[in-house]
Amino acid sequence: MSQTLFQKIWDRHVVTKLPDGRDLLYIDRHLVHEVTSPQAFESLRMSRRKVRRPELTFATMDHNVPTSDRANIRDPIAKAQIDALSANCRDFGVTLYDLCSDRQGIVHIIGPELGLTLPGTTIVCGDSHTSTHGAFGTLAFGIGTSEVEHVLATQCLPQKRPKTFRVDFTGRLAPYVTAKDMVLKLIGAIGTSGGTGHVMEYGGEAIRSLSMEGRMTICNMSIEAGARAGMIAPDETTFQYLAAGNRPFAPKGAAFEAALASWRTLRSEADAAYDLSLTIEASAIAPQVTWGTNPGMVVDVTGRVPEPDAVPGYSRKDVEQALAYMGLTPGTPMTQIALDTVFIGSCTNARIEDLRAAAKIFTGRKVARGVRVLVVPGSQQVRRQAEAEGLHEVFVSTGCEWRQSGCSMCLGMNPDQLKPGERCASTSNRNFEGRQGKGGRTHLVSPEMAAAAAIAGQFVDIRTWGSR
Amino acid sequence: MKPFTSHRGVVATLDRANVDTDQIIPKQFLKSIARTGFGANLFHDWRYRADGSPNPDFELNAPRFTDASILVARNNFGCGSSREHAVWALHEYGFKAIVAPWQERLGKRVPAFADIFRSNATKNGVLTVELSEAEVEEIFQMVGRYDGLHATVDLECGRVVLHLPEELAFHFDIDPAVKEHLIRGLDEIALTLTHAASIASFESHHDAQLPR
Repeated sequence: MSQTLFQKIWDRHVVTKLPDGRDLLYIDRHLVHEVTSPQAFESLRMSRRKVRRPELTFATMDHNVPTSDRANIRDPIAKAQIDALSANCRDFGVTLYDLCSDRQGIVHIIGPELGLTLPGTTIVCGDSHTSTHGAFGTLAFGIGTSEVEHVLATQCLPQKRPKTFRVDFTGRLAPYVTAKDMVLKLIGAIGTSGGTGHVMEYGGEAIRSLSMEGRMTICNMSIEAGARAGMIAPDETTFQYLAAGNRPFAPKGAAFEAALASWRTLRSEADAAYDLSLTIEASAIAPQVTWGTNPGMVVDVTGRVPEPDAVPGYSRKDVEQALAYMGLTPGTPMTQIALDTVFIGSCTNARIEDLRAAAKIFTGRKVARGVRVLVVPGSQQVRRQAEAEGLHEVFVSTGCEWRQSGCSMCLGMNPDQLKPGERCASTSNRNFEGRQGKGGRTHLVSPEMAAAAAIAGQFVDIRTWGSR
Repeated sequence: MKPFTSHRGVVATLDRANVDTDQIIPKQFLKSIARTGFGANLFHDWRYRADGSPNPDFELNAPRFTDASILVARNNFGCGSSREHAVWALHEYGFKAIVAPWQERLGKRVPAFADIFRSNATKNGVLTVELSEAEVEEIFQMVGRYDGLHATVDLECGRVVLHLPEELAFHFDIDPAVKEHLIRGLDEIALTLTHAASIASFESHHDAQLPR
């Protein structure tokens, strides 16, 4: 039978079929961070087990690191967790990109930068946004701490084979409409559980036209549609990304050429079957803004805050709860919602292209009075690149705060948090209640839309605002 | 892990869809390097007011749910972050089983629980039960009508029984691998290590293919 990209990669990684119907899947790369790993390492110690393949295991600290003063971590509990990761990596022989490393950053941003993320491989990490790496034609998914321990000890995971879900974006995006808008549109269409039990594969002209950064944004938010993994078949864009830059773990020279021959076979056959499929016309997508408390609660920027009984897939009570939390009145145009915070960052949108897009909007303008803007690069490498291009000067002269790399206000485990009632335009991935700080109100948008909102002090339709 | 075969306890309801793991255990509690201490902070931002006192409007704070050990919720429970801390918190609070409805959408069945959450629950001996929307709605109705309603969740027979004057039973299906894991309380890592020879043999040819 004709195979999908997912099936090809899955089959190549089955060590053995288990009697209970699952497959024992081999893991090529295991990425580790400070929050979901300490209990796994501790269990390994207690059961006197070793890390089976420390050379396939890579760690960094990103979730609770301060983005201002990194030398003095004032929160003793956060400090203890960071120190625990250092000790665990030292004891078990795992490579660590710590706060002193010039390659430190959000785990899903540094994986591709380092060349750890390669087509046709399997990657896991104790973090749901591991789906990001699927942009390279990689099977990558998030796992819990018990599974982290399992992979550390065995380099394998018993897994039930998921179903497949094909999403095609036909046509081309309109100017100022981005990968973020594509994936928010998708989640709005299928809901936050529409992809549960499935691996997404994205295709179509609009996907092929995206840079690797844009593809990573889409795969990153697959989990917000319930899909544990999202994938895009590798192509020339992928190969150019892997050949460029300083990627110590990507193959070089003859090894690259050999890998290329194999990578070119990583595509779904034209007649391969999927369990579900959906086509979205990319040219019809408008900039998206979320209004509620999950990423599926989203409308076009030209839309309005919905009436409680007019949202398909949600009960009246769900919508009323969301609107009460968000402090929004049904019928309000999205462009009349005023903001006091803008966050540009996260594993969804803190790569160099995202910062360039924001800087382009910021250039020659000033942040609106009373609006606080945080620009948090995804990694030290992104930070250096941005500074080499002078983007930081644009951010600072516009009135933004230019920070060190980390997860920051995406989840507010570090001091970067919203206060109760504060309203934020955020390029991150989750608008859950309290996610960015207890009582904080999050609206998910693209970097371009976030930057424009920072200038205007409220949401604007970037497509027409830019020409003013 | 302690085996799970059957559990009888008080049923509590949480009438919200898409309960995410950020709500189950907010981020400020994820800095701990221990596996314990999360129960007191389960549903923290809903459960407590700003001054730290219990929020009387939060369903699980109702006195009749004090001793609850079976949680009944709505679709897509446990979505979002992969944090296993969410399951540790539910388990430590006292929940042994969670019941939620699958949904029919576009002619397909949308599971009741998010994938990573369900997997995390199994690894910690917490049973996730999927019923139809109508069945879950019936449980909500009965819990609303009978204070301190008890139920038995029987994994071996795949049944949820409400202990009403006239017993009400619901059948549920479960992945055989999950069922075996819970009933036997298996150490999954030890089980995988019994395949050590297969893993080593796989590595010997697979490593050569990995680009470097």
